[in-house]
Amino acid sequence: MSQLPLSQSEAPPAPIALNGVAWMRQNLFNSWFNSVLTGICLVLIYLGVRGAITWLSQAQWQVLQVNLKLFFVGFYPPELVWRLWLIPALVAGLGGLSGSPFAPTSKRGLQGIAIGFLLFGVLVLALPLSWSSRLWLLGISLLAAIGFGTGQKIPALASWLPWLWVLSFPVVLWLIGGGLGLKSVESSMWTGLLLTLLLAVVSIFLAFPLGVLLALGRRSDLPVVRSLSTLYIEIVRGLPLIGILFIAQVMLPLFLPQRIRPDPLIRAIAGLVIFSAAYLAEVMRGGLQSIPKGQGEAAKALGLSSPLTMLLIVLPQALRNVLPAIVGQFISLFKDTSLLAIFSLVELTGVSRSVLAQPEFQGRYAEVYLFAGALYWVFCYSMSQASRRLERSGASRR
Amino acid sequence: MPKFWRIALQGLLLVLVVGTIALLWHNLTANLQQQSSQTTRLGFDFLREEAKFNIGEAAIPYQPSDSYGRAILVGLLNSLKVIAVGIVLATTLGVTAGIARLSNNWLLQKIALFYVEVLRNIPLLLQLFFWYFAFFLSFPKVEQRLQLPGAIYLTKSGIWLPWLQATSATGTWLICWIIGGVGAGFILYRQRQTLRPWTVLQAGAAIVALSLLALLITHGLPLQFDVPQVIDNFQIQGGLKLSPEFAAITTGLSVYTGTFIAEVVRSGIQAVPRGQWEAAQSLGLSPNVVMGTVIFPQALRTILPPLSNQYLNLAKNSSLAVAVGYPDVYSISDSMNSQTGRPVEAMLVIIVTYLTISLTLSVLINLYNRSVQIVER
Repeated sequence: MSQLPLSQSEAPPAPIALNGVAWMRQNLFNSWFNSVLTGICLVLIYLGVRGAITWLSQAQWQVLQVNLKLFFVGFYPPELVWRLWLIPALVAGLGGLSGSPFAPTSKRGLQGIAIGFLLFGVLVLALPLSWSSRLWLLGISLLAAIGFGTGQKIPALASWLPWLWVLSFPVVLWLIGGGLGLKSVESSMWTGLLLTLLLAVVSIFLAFPLGVLLALGRRSDLPVVRSLSTLYIEIVRGLPLIGILFIAQVMLPLFLPQRIRPDPLIRAIAGLVIFSAAYLAEVMRGGLQSIPKGQGEAAKALGLSSPLTMLLIVLPQALRNVLPAIVGQFISLFKDTSLLAIFSLVELTGVSRSVLAQPEFQGRYAEVYLFAGALYWVFCYSMSQASRRLERSGASRR
Repeated sequence: MPKFWRIALQGLLLVLVVGTIALLWHNLTANLQQQSSQTTRLGFDFLREEAKFNIGEAAIPYQPSDSYGRAILVGLLNSLKVIAVGIVLATTLGVTAGIARLSNNWLLQKIALFYVEVLRNIPLLLQLFFWYFAFFLSFPKVEQRLQLPGAIYLTKSGIWLPWLQATSATGTWLICWIIGGVGAGFILYRQRQTLRPWTVLQAGAAIVALSLLALLITHGLPLQFDVPQVIDNFQIQGGLKLSPEFAAITTGLSVYTGTFIAEVVRSGIQAVPRGQWEAAQSLGLSPNVVMGTVIFPQALRTILPPLSNQYLNLAKNSSLAVAVGYPDVYSISDSMNSQTGRPVEAMLVIIVTYLTISLTLSVLINLYNRSVQIVER
């Protein structure tokens, strides 16, 4: 806590190529206070590393090796797992196609990506996976690269991408659930990381239109509409998610006619949608507020009706402004799906608990929870980094 | 839109909403009648009935023979305890990490970055499980307890810390301190325009004088150390005992929320214009004084609104205590529901308590927020 926190761009040009000692003097020991801090940090790191090494020396990773499939696809029928492999393949291909905003501009960036691919390949080969998994993983990464190359070659594809993404959604559901020529798999079999991803994606898709409507309602000049929207948003935002999931799991069946008994998955999605809609509404409201009034007035002057103005002029711009915030909302929703483990749904956290219930792996809490945590982390961190890149590349602005 | 349509549209919406609620209510009563063989009526009369379940820890005396109402009160107090401790710890951790991220000490900066980026991206529930099962329950039994310097005992059944305890002299000391504090405040207030070291010294002297008076009257200190002691090698008495459940939920909550607070603090400090740093430094103030008296108070204005959001999140997330078996208000309502089969009442208890907590917290923070914002004409 001293001196200016200069950001990288504002900082005066640093002396080029400091040697090790000079660098340390400047960054670690430039005052007695900093030297003390460095000392404390070193002690902390030492203690942390020592603790990690002692733990690693007695950790048993067998629990993960045996249950690896369980973490990812849960109780999905093993002979049908190839269908689930097609999903990341599809997403990787589409992701590659829409990767242009992330395209490296410099030679160094390209090198970085190449090294990334190489490391991924080495990792895939080094990890104790089955050969079929390795082939799938390598194939998927190849597909992403091909998609990226195609996207660069044919920029005209860009305008079709949103539709392709929307179209991929039912395809993914079809691959998971079956039907229409594929063997159908019951929804109680959709478990593990698969369920976590499915819950998060489906819920955000369903919550989005509801959130937009609530945001518009809250800004409406009709008092009844405004107060009802505000009431909904504020009540939901004042409650913990676990309370809303309780309502969805326990109360929803009671609120519906006796013939209709939604299965736990539907109830879970209902709870997540009720919850996220209120938060998305607030995000969207911020976006709508950020659009200057002149935009709407100009559209009206051109003769557009109010709904068309909203749909064609204001909403698209608002959406672009709040895209990072929406990604943030998705990340927190992704983490929040873990709460469904409390309501005995077997998503990633639930799978961890059922793995820990296996008698031969009792007490291996640290290994299992660290692994599950690492899986969550990889997804959340890469999403937040991607969103940051998107923001910086200016794709969220014009 | 013509006036007629505006009114008609809103009327229609209102009818629609009321109709849906009525339909849901109708379904609910029909379903409840179908479900329960005995004719239980909706209502809160049952709160006076005996709860019959045990609660692991309670701030007020509680027995299974007490009423459901009291059980809920116990849960509420437990929740409030977690929220209060969590807010204090999360703020300390978050502000420290947020400032550390801006430090010019490279190592400290990276440690803070590591903390924020790793723990922010892992679900809180998973972290709670980790803290509870893999950390606090991994300590040895009381007989083989771990001891940290300063009579801190770590065991599977709880953590014992030395704690301060009130004595017979506490009351007298408190009265003397209040008088001294009022006197000191008066001295400072009178001289508030030109605050000189001499005035501060006078105010300090007032407090010291009254402390001496208290010492003369009572011949004792206001608080005494209550050090935990091991009895017969398998029992620990005295001190402050934290149950593993409480330790897990407070640690998990504050470590998780701390990452978000760190980001809030960091961006708040970065939002203070650079000219402020430069102006303060050119006045010859030392870096720590610049931070403490020039930058941080200004950053506080940017920090407070998002910080209050984090406090609200913490309060709501405290309901995850149920996952580690800490008896908070949600967990008590849940067991009440499974015991009596009254989901509607349990739901209402949950909704009302959390809305009240959220509302109270946001009112308190708004009051404080108003006092630090710049007053414009």
